[in-house]
Amino acid sequence: MLLIACPWCGTRPENEFHYGGEAHIARPRDPGLLDDAAWAEILYMRSNPKGVHYERWRHIHGCGQFFNCVRDTVSDRILATYKPGEPRPDTSTQ
Amino acid sequence: MTGQFRAPEGGRVDRARPLSFSFDGKQFTGCQGDTLASALLANGVHLVGRSFKYHRPRGILSAGSEEPNALVSIDRGPGRVTPNLRATQLELYDGMQAHSQNRFPSLGFDVGAVSNAIGSLLPAGFYYKTFMWPRAFWRHLYEPSIRAAAGLGHAPVSPDPDRYSQHYAHCDVLIIGAGPSGLAAALAASARGARVVLCDEQAELGGSLLAETQATIDGKPVPVWLWDTLETLHQNADVTLLPRTTAFGWFPDNLIGLAERVTDHLAKLEAQLPRERLWQVRAQEVIIAAGAIERPLVFSDNDRPGVMLADAARHYLLRYGVTVGARAVMVTSDDTAYAAATALQQAGVAISAVADLRPQASNAARESGLDVRIGTGVVATSGRLRITHATLSSGETIACDTLLMCGGWTPSVHLFSQSRGKLRFDEVLGAFLPSTSTVAARSVGACNGAFSLTSCLEQGYAAGDSAAPTHRRFAVSGLPAFVPSATVEQSVAMRGKAFVDFQNDVTVKDLHIATREGFRSIEHVKRYTTTGMATDQGKTSNMNTLAIVSTILRQPIPAVGHTTFRMPYTPVTFGALAGAARGALFEPVRQTPMHDWAAARGAVFENVGTWQRARYFPRNGEDMPAAVARECHAVRNAVGIFDATTLGKIEVIGPDAVEFLNRLYTNDFSRLAVGHCRYGVLLNEAGYVMDDGVVARLAPDRFHVTTTTGGAAGVLHHMEDYLQTEFPELRVWLTSITEQWAVIAVQGPMARDVIAPLVRGTDISPAVMPHMTVREGRICNVPMRLFRVSFTGELGYEINVPADYGHAVWDAVFGVGMRYGMTPYGTETMHVLRAEKGYIVVGQETDGTVIPADLGLDWAIGKSKADFVGKRSLMRPDMLRTDRKQLVGLLAPDVLEEGAQIVANANSPIPMAMLGHVTSAYWSGALGRPIALGLVAGGRARFGQTLYVPMPDRTIAVRVTDSIFYDSKGKRLHG
Repeated sequence: MLLIACPWCGTRPENEFHYGGEAHIARPRDPGLLDDAAWAEILYMRSNPKGVHYERWRHIHGCGQFFNCVRDTVSDRILATYKPGEPRPDTSTQ
Repeated sequence: MTGQFRAPEGGRVDRARPLSFSFDGKQFTGCQGDTLASALLANGVHLVGRSFKYHRPRGILSAGSEEPNALVSIDRGPGRVTPNLRATQLELYDGMQAHSQNRFPSLGFDVGAVSNAIGSLLPAGFYYKTFMWPRAFWRHLYEPSIRAAAGLGHAPVSPDPDRYSQHYAHCDVLIIGAGPSGLAAALAASARGARVVLCDEQAELGGSLLAETQATIDGKPVPVWLWDTLETLHQNADVTLLPRTTAFGWFPDNLIGLAERVTDHLAKLEAQLPRERLWQVRAQEVIIAAGAIERPLVFSDNDRPGVMLADAARHYLLRYGVTVGARAVMVTSDDTAYAAATALQQAGVAISAVADLRPQASNAARESGLDVRIGTGVVATSGRLRITHATLSSGETIACDTLLMCGGWTPSVHLFSQSRGKLRFDEVLGAFLPSTSTVAARSVGACNGAFSLTSCLEQGYAAGDSAAPTHRRFAVSGLPAFVPSATVEQSVAMRGKAFVDFQNDVTVKDLHIATREGFRSIEHVKRYTTTGMATDQGKTSNMNTLAIVSTILRQPIPAVGHTTFRMPYTPVTFGALAGAARGALFEPVRQTPMHDWAAARGAVFENVGTWQRARYFPRNGEDMPAAVARECHAVRNAVGIFDATTLGKIEVIGPDAVEFLNRLYTNDFSRLAVGHCRYGVLLNEAGYVMDDGVVARLAPDRFHVTTTTGGAAGVLHHMEDYLQTEFPELRVWLTSITEQWAVIAVQGPMARDVIAPLVRGTDISPAVMPHMTVREGRICNVPMRLFRVSFTGELGYEINVPADYGHAVWDAVFGVGMRYGMTPYGTETMHVLRAEKGYIVVGQETDGTVIPADLGLDWAIGKSKADFVGKRSLMRPDMLRTDRKQLVGLLAPDVLEEGAQIVANANSPIPMAMLGHVTSAYWSGALGRPIALGLVAGGRARFGQTLYVPMPDRTIAVRVTDSIFYDSKGKRLHG
């Protein structure tokens, strides 16, 4: 069971959290301006990388807040967590 | 007398406390401190089991958890029969009843042993190749017969009466293994003030020190040093000592699973104690001091009872005071065996010969004073239920009752490997050792390739303080210097059966067959031959397998690689893993405040998510159709009362609440006046209906939103997601109030008359409080939120009161209602009534592919809104097609089956095109006929058409109609 550092509460065990899919996919201000292909890209296309993955988690059995997380999908190790709206942290040195 | 092979003195057993036990019904005596294995050996019993596939007689091979052969069932009474336990780990208690396995009718005479005689017909892959045809025979004939003949113990059939507990713990240092390395690590770690957990799978802590009688550590005899060390640790409040506790699994971020056996060793079960305790330990650092396992040698018929690992024999002698035989032959490729041979000889066991596979005599061989044959192996053995002779490669046959073997040592890297540490191959030891660790863990002692007592103690002590490793010296004397010797390639004859994996009956020949048939990857060889796949997971067999496959393939062992080490290290009971999560505690049960009232009325309940809801209220032995017909009639003609508490409820508060709801729901709430309600439809971003409910405006900045019973948590999560991550600028707060408000639905023409006398200060007259309105006020002098809403098509109210008052208000409403013929109804009647009105149920009329237009809910979409979640997706071409499946009514002569398929022509060839399916189907009392709802391609253009529902026994013709069957003008709602 992973330990996940909630940016508000601190480190807690994985079973307090809920996975929320890939991060940094912002809903456009006016989705009506997008053509079907561009909208499909936002709705369905996900990067699914082997390695560093930016993803959302929610501390659902804690503070209830969503936050972002950098996880290595090969090692299943969490490299960083950060609040929504903050830039992607540089984890290349880890 | 505790057995004729019990030495008069020596060992850690208490001869003054004899214990009686039975094995296969025969009575024996052992003593306190014995394992079942040591007690059987003390009584001269070597034959303890029959092998998995060939039913060969098998004896005790080892003295620890690696034991592949001596698996027994322990019977402690009904529900307490545990199969496949290792006799070498079972602590003896008075009255123990043990049974051997996989034999019929008895161990000595086993009918199944015929498979040994025809064994040449049962090589690797035999089942795959033989029982392929005819196909149906596999399931009905081949598999049941093979399963009956093979296998180990029988799984218990009655419920487990024992209790299991689970415990979470945190520590600075978790030390796995309490041998010399682990103890030294615990001393160092505790000396610096760390919180330490020290666990060991054995009953006594000490590991190899428990069989050390000659040596001294720092001038103290080992037993004294051990006692003092344990006392020091015991006195330290920050040290938790866990004997009988197996570290079985390594989970991410240093979470280690430990299984503690609490009562299995007690003669009398104590009710207050759990049988086992599952520990989940989160450790800052882990020190693995798991030791090493002695390796068997591979030669023909190396599995006869009496063939045993050399150090196991030494262990039985020095720890349990048991001599494993009277006349022994030893075969070894390693010096450690000489310590065993010397100890046994001193105890009076005749060592007839020592066959040393190595080409040159080692110091240990020369100094042993034994009859050593250098460069010699064992090529054959004889004896039926016990070995009687061993034949050496020199051709000489020697009589014996015991054959001791030692093929070197395999460090226990299981947990290190589970932690994803990389292994490296050590040529001298012929084994894999820990290399790079990926987590905060270190391996020390024999599992790290250190075999002298001094190096084990010093490595352990240094690891006990990773920040400032202390190079403490330990003075050890009285032990022969151990020189690890390079592994010797064994030439193995193909005649007879030379076992590599004892528990799964895998021979050298099987490995040859697998490689000859093209299996090269060691993982494939493993699965084809099943080597290493038994309950012991190949603890004694894996290195020999690798060595033999390496020889056959002419590749070095590192190139062959090793198979994956998986948890659990030794089997863990389901009870320990389940803990308290069984029976009534398996999952939470949610009941409404009015549950007891319904139960007292004889309601039949159904589970909806984790809620228990009253389904119907049978009277005088009614069946469900009769009760539902009566309940429906009462609601349509008088008044019914229904517990709607389980509806999800969310309070949406804040200056931007209306804007938030406009962005989340399809509807436009901008003009929803305070005191009014609206039916709301929630979509996901892909445009599909996710939930529905009523949105009520209590104040300009305050909404009470209901959701479906099952969707409540998901809707709140969905709302929080958008509020926090997409619309963080909105000033809105979301609160789940599902459990705070009890909901009493009063539905039917008399509904207003029933509640009027109870409501104070709120005008509920139809002109002031029409359909789809909400009022805050008081009922029975408690706060209420009164909704005038209807899911039945009748005049109706949903009375929300604080949950604690739910039962009392219900009683009051029912008290008045009885004068009007009020009838309690359940979810089944609710479903019939709403289906008569064509009201959808999310999850029944929708399945995640349905959009509002499919359901005829276009009217619920706010046309003037620029955007809402799901809006863009509704403009995709596929969403605009006219042949989408649409909600329709279906009229048929019988009640259709929900889920049944609908086709245009039942005579078209199979597979025929499916037009849709039945989503809801009931008998309608109000219409006096069956009704159904369905999703049908282009359904709204098919009104009046006849379609067909093919069933296994007949085809039912259905007429497509509008989905509203009853009061299509909605007059009754406004009564």
